[in-house]
Amino acid sequence: MTGIHRLRAPLGREALEPLRAGNTVLISGTMYTARDAAHQRLITAIEQNEDLPFDFSGQILYYVGPTPAPPGRVIGAAGPTTSYRMDPYTPKLLEMGLKAMIGKGRRSEEVKAAMLNHGAVYLAAIGGAGALLGQAIKQVEIIAYPDLGPEAVRRLTVEDFPATVINDLAGADLYELGREKYARGGAA
Amino acid sequence: MLKFFRLIPRGLPRGRLFFLNLFASIKCPMLRISSWLSVWSGPEIPDFNVQENITMREIDAAEIKETVKDLFLKASFALGEDVLAAFRRAGQNEESEVGKEIISRLLENAELAQDQHLPICQDTGLATIFVELGQDTRIIGDSLNAAIEEGVRQAYEEGYLRKSVCHPLTRKNTGDNTPAVIHLDLVPGDRLRITALPKGGGSENMSRLFMLPPSAGWEGVKERVVQTVSEAGPNPCPPLVLGVALGGTFETAAREAKRTLLRPLDRPNPDSETADLENELLNAVNNLGIGPQGLGGRITALAVHLKILPCHIASLPLAINIQCHACRHAEAVL
Repeated sequence: MTGIHRLRAPLGREALEPLRAGNTVLISGTMYTARDAAHQRLITAIEQNEDLPFDFSGQILYYVGPTPAPPGRVIGAAGPTTSYRMDPYTPKLLEMGLKAMIGKGRRSEEVKAAMLNHGAVYLAAIGGAGALLGQAIKQVEIIAYPDLGPEAVRRLTVEDFPATVINDLAGADLYELGREKYARGGAA
Repeated sequence: MLKFFRLIPRGLPRGRLFFLNLFASIKCPMLRISSWLSVWSGPEIPDFNVQENITMREIDAAEIKETVKDLFLKASFALGEDVLAAFRRAGQNEESEVGKEIISRLLENAELAQDQHLPICQDTGLATIFVELGQDTRIIGDSLNAAIEEGVRQAYEEGYLRKSVCHPLTRKNTGDNTPAVIHLDLVPGDRLRITALPKGGGSENMSRLFMLPPSAGWEGVKERVVQTVSEAGPNPCPPLVLGVALGGTFETAAREAKRTLLRPLDRPNPDSETADLENELLNAVNNLGIGPQGLGGRITALAVHLKILPCHIASLPLAINIQCHACRHAEAVL
């Protein structure tokens, strides 16, 4: 469960292959944000063959709706939101080339299968550590759907943004592994 | 303090209209009868009912607004000492190294948020407020609700907190985090207690209400609590605080489950039997192995708070309100 890997998008299979569930990753460079409402719009745009705000191939998507930036900062608190709500939309985005997602909480079986199929990983950042995670975000630009406010799509520039590998390319799931290890009395 | 003598005939309007008409009747005797009739058409002879010593404490709505604003800012930026102490205990008791590491990051996050006036979590929640209004108070200047809503609006705007309220279908954001969720209780006395609870959506989504048959009993209750936490897994940001209400009705169970979240984490239940049941539930959920952030570990919940309420002979309502580790609330008494 140890080992620190550095990631920078665009990501190829060779960058993701060594990652194992439980590893820590430090992400630098670019990542994009989208949560519930933005996912709906992205999928509608894909279905209607409209232009997309960014090219998904090799990219990292962070499920976050940050607090507004106070004066002198680029962003406020910016921790992950729960990922399962994005599950209905995710296989389509993986098909478009998305390679990594950052959120918190379990993914559906469909999403896990699609990740394996398209060679993508799922990472978790610490939920509720929004003030701390915001420190790793150095630049923020709203690139689509500004009317969605906290749900607008943003391009983030990050430096050593910390996350943990949950679902790796070998099909392991840290949420299952971790829980099995500590469950008592058939409670799992 | 306002002492007022009721010297006004019962049935007469006491507001501006009354004085306007009184004024008109003095100025213009011709209007006297018609103007009286226009406001007072009852056939009864005025009954002067003199009541002395009705004391009502006045509270200015502006003070309520400021208090609500301050409470939401305080709750968003700083965790209570009881929560921080629970984190430290959890860090000592957690067996998983990853779990220990997460708890130390949570402490670091809390410290950073407080020092730099940043929200602990980006989900600054729905503005939930419990109000205990002393019945011997009188709110002046504006309505209680308007004062609360304005306090919420200003806190979320001026504190750079996230606005997370939207229409359920169009998903259009209201833009100012109103309306607030207000629970009002009228209580004896002349004080006003306001408790602000910014409640995040992730943990709220994992909360459950069961209308159990009475035959389910305690074992059935326990099973549902464990099932709820098990299904939630990593989603609601463990380590959790569980607010559990047993009994009551469909709506009171849910409300009281939320209210129990306000009890300080270091304060045991004053009823020792209920305290034992809380411990039993806490042990059961901590045996799940979910651990901090769901990555495996011993501390899935920091505490279980149980409220037992009388219920219908046909029912056994059970509400489980899940609170994430960012157990944010702040209270003031005016």
